Amino acid sequence: MSGVGGLRNVEAWRTRIPRYRFLGARCKSCGKLHYPPLKACPYCGSRDLEEAQLPRQGRLLAFTSVYSVEEGGREESPIFVGLIDLGVARVVAELTDVTDPSRLAAGIPVEAVFRRISEEDDEGVIVYGVKFRPVPGAGEGD
Amino acid sequence: MAAEGAGSRPESRAGIHGWGAYIPVYRIPTRVIAAEWGWPDHQWKALNVAEKAVAGPDEDSTTMGVEASLNAIRRARIEPSRIGAVFFGSESKVYAVKPSATIIAEAVGATPVTMASDLEFACRAASEGMKNSIALVSSGMLEYTLVVGSDTAQASPGDVLEFSAASGAVAFVVGPRDGAAAVFEASYTYVTDTPDFWRRAGKPYPSHGEGFTGEPAYFHHIMSAVKGLMEETGLKPGDFDYAVFHQPNGKFPVRVAQKLGFTIEQVKQGLVTPLIGNTYNASALLGLARVLDVARPGERILVAPFGSGAGSDAYSIVVTDAIEERRGLAPPVDYYINSKVVIDYGLYVKFRGKVVKRRI
Repeated sequence: MSGVGGLRNVEAWRTRIPRYRFLGARCKSCGKLHYPPLKACPYCGSRDLEEAQLPRQGRLLAFTSVYSVEEGGREESPIFVGLIDLGVARVVAELTDVTDPSRLAAGIPVEAVFRRISEEDDEGVIVYGVKFRPVPGAGEGD
Repeated sequence: MAAEGAGSRPESRAGIHGWGAYIPVYRIPTRVIAAEWGWPDHQWKALNVAEKAVAGPDEDSTTMGVEASLNAIRRARIEPSRIGAVFFGSESKVYAVKPSATIIAEAVGATPVTMASDLEFACRAASEGMKNSIALVSSGMLEYTLVVGSDTAQASPGDVLEFSAASGAVAFVVGPRDGAAAVFEASYTYVTDTPDFWRRAGKPYPSHGEGFTGEPAYFHHIMSAVKGLMEETGLKPGDFDYAVFHQPNGKFPVRVAQKLGFTIEQVKQGLVTPLIGNTYNASALLGLARVLDVARPGERILVAPFGSGAGSDAYSIVVTDAIEERRGLAPPVDYYINSKVVIDYGLYVKFRGKVVKRRI
């Protein structure tokens, strides 16, 4: 087939702008922010939404580790996924630059960084987006 | 030093509005690489590179370029949509065909009304982007451009190149003279066909032509560009407060400075390779960023990137009063240099994809 990746590439292309720029959506009805942006507010169901730039600094609330990773992600195993408090919103995102998992803890400062999210294989399109890492010099990663 | 001299050249209508760096957190000491391959101490100690920065498994030249660009735009304090060109200089592009510049342009918010291209000239490609930017801005065709130099430099395991081939990125927002943190005074470019270092299409690692590496390539081209700049402008080594040269290792930039009549005092602030290795397209320009982190209004900077194949550009740049308000808007180069985690050789080869695997 022409074009490696097919539908997966189409989905990644359609969602690239909020993923690249870390843009969420603000509900004009209830005022809450969410990420990634959905067609309807996950809190009140309103479809009256507007684009909102999310802060790139936050605090880790909770995290979990994933040891069984997709093919292509073995170098990154284990993967850490965090619930992050940005003040204006809470988001779930992959954590990166976790050099010492024992120093991951609720409350540590984290920051958004632009990283590779996935790639099907070494011939396919690379999907990029935002992950979070412990702020260097402020705990894990220093 | 008072900034006089080449004020009427076209370059003087353009300046640097923002600069930004990004260096991965991982480091591998040079002695660890040497021990792995049985190199004697003198082989690595002579390079004056203590350790090198290593990109993590989810980092590449594009991701690092985005981070450096965001820092440069923060300092420039401009709406990204005003950027009319994104020039990406790299010799470790993630795609052989498909621009990385469009990914960066999209990520920073410069799309869709912008030029965007990847440039290739070994370690000098980003500098060509800088010169193109000066031309586009000084002619009035564009208001702002974004120049990015980023590399995850390749080196075959066991090759002496492995001691220094590092990862890092730097970016600059170039714009009109008014409001710039530093303005260009003059530039001079010197290029010949010299096969000192190359990587053939489809090959994972570069080759180096040993006999060409030093005098015929690095020293001849940088010295020709810098001498050309000084002859055209009448400037002398003593007129510059800082001098930054391409840094394939820690000794070449010091030697070329001495040959040209510069002192170690003029060079040391711009030296980054002894601390993080050679970041290729980011090498000399990261040195420039480190100088801008501390330079005072009125100070004059010489910067001379070099690329194998071979060519060099020399620029004279004068710092303005606006630099003071820009400095604190993004992390300095030293923040990234000092934010580090030392890894062993096993983790290094895993991160850089040097392990042969089968699908499981």
